[in-house]
Amino acid sequence: MSELPRIGRGAFLIGAAAASASIAAHAPAALAADSVDLPFENGSRPLIAYPQKRPLILLTSRPVQLETPFGVFNEGVMTPNDAFFVRWHLAGVPTTIDVNTFRINVHGLVDSARQLSVADLKTEFEPVEIAAVCQCSGNSRGFFSPRVPGGEWANGAMGNALWKGARLRDVLTKAGVKDGAVQVRVNGAETPVLSATPPFIKAIDIDLAMSPDVILAYSMNGADLPVLNGYPVRLVVPGYFATYWVKMLTNVEVIGEPDQNFWMKTAYRIPADPCGCQKPGETVKTVPINRLTVRSFVTNIRDGARVQAGKPLVVNGIAFDSGYGIEQVLFSNDGGQHWSPAALGKDYGPYSFRPWQARFTPHAGSYALASLAMNTIGQAQRLDNPVWNAGGYLRNIVETIRVSAA
Amino acid sequence: MRKRLLFLVSVLCGCLCLVLLAVAVTRAATASGVTTITLPPPNNAFKPGPNAALAQAKCVICHSADYVYTQPPLTKKQWTAEVTKMQKTYGAPLSDDDIAPLVEYLMSQNGKPD
Repeated sequence: MSELPRIGRGAFLIGAAAASASIAAHAPAALAADSVDLPFENGSRPLIAYPQKRPLILLTSRPVQLETPFGVFNEGVMTPNDAFFVRWHLAGVPTTIDVNTFRINVHGLVDSARQLSVADLKTEFEPVEIAAVCQCSGNSRGFFSPRVPGGEWANGAMGNALWKGARLRDVLTKAGVKDGAVQVRVNGAETPVLSATPPFIKAIDIDLAMSPDVILAYSMNGADLPVLNGYPVRLVVPGYFATYWVKMLTNVEVIGEPDQNFWMKTAYRIPADPCGCQKPGETVKTVPINRLTVRSFVTNIRDGARVQAGKPLVVNGIAFDSGYGIEQVLFSNDGGQHWSPAALGKDYGPYSFRPWQARFTPHAGSYALASLAMNTIGQAQRLDNPVWNAGGYLRNIVETIRVSAA
Repeated sequence: MRKRLLFLVSVLCGCLCLVLLAVAVTRAATASGVTTITLPPPNNAFKPGPNAALAQAKCVICHSADYVYTQPPLTKKQWTAEVTKMQKTYGAPLSDDDIAPLVEYLMSQNGKPD
């Protein structure tokens, strides 16, 4: 990669200084001149502060999609709410929410259908907290070669948060799930502009729905969810791609047949083979996208950085998988010719970012920093030959950061 | 001296107003359980090109123009598949006769040869 991401001045002001910077950047639109160049064709993006958000990378404005600038992942293991990525499918995103009248309709193959309020969720069901990575199915699609049309993200369509809410299992158990239940259909308050457009509806298998880890989250990193991340309640399906993490959840329907709507039957499908791979132009059997792949990243050093020769260099990063747990992260500073184990940091739970760290003292010259994560069931990142599929999903190649020391 | 003081105060007030206005735009307004956000205006303007008016009329009904410009350059076959998907899957109000002129426009904006 010869192109470096060039970030306007405003983007460096992360943290305490960001408040005033974001306010200044978000005065009349004409003044918001900051932009970034993501390292692929047509990768130029404005940096704009949307409501409840610091300046983020604008992918699209209606419906809004915002990418997290990658430097944010070095601020801490949890991604701040005001930096969390945003992705909506349909332009009918509610912008006024009355938490007192908001209801979640729990119905279908249940003994007692119910309209749950947010207060009901908070008071009637045991609150559980779970740290989990929310990653867009199409995260990193911009790096596919050959390119795939769709949401052209770099690596910032992901975030880690401490989610708090009621277990879906507890809600369903209280409603009484009937025999013959096969899936739980879920959708939220967003609507299409045209009645002819399929509304955004997903479904998860009943076994997954009854997992103790799936929650109806009403709190994100100790605060209300930002509106753009699904306030007041979203579904959290740890270890699964974010397409299932329905925002502004209003409908939970237990069904006796697998859902066949467009967003399950046609969209969000991956090749059925274990690799999730296909050749461009090849037709293959598909299944709905499901669990996250193993990934790791360096977070404190940017591609093309210059570092001091003779001084110990600390390399910080994150790793995650679909919830089996990170077993090991290997680190290389010579592009994968030699590997040694990185030190794993605090374990926030199997679905969270896991911090890791490596150190070495560079001599004058060029280095290619790479990390290779493996989980406890032997899944690992791909060293080369990245996954390709027609949807632009599942990228998990070993990432390389070039630095020069002088 | 007094004039200067008045001037300074009015400049300060002006700055404060700008800050407050910007804060109001970046944050949510909340009153008794009701939360409201105001989204910035979308980037709906397509750039000049053959049949641009058709694209402007049909495409921004559902989504902003940046959906087009952030794609990688696509071939005629790929753009045709995208426009057909809009018509058949997403229910865009396109006649069959609209497909070719829209593809011509998209090729002019973000196309590449086969």
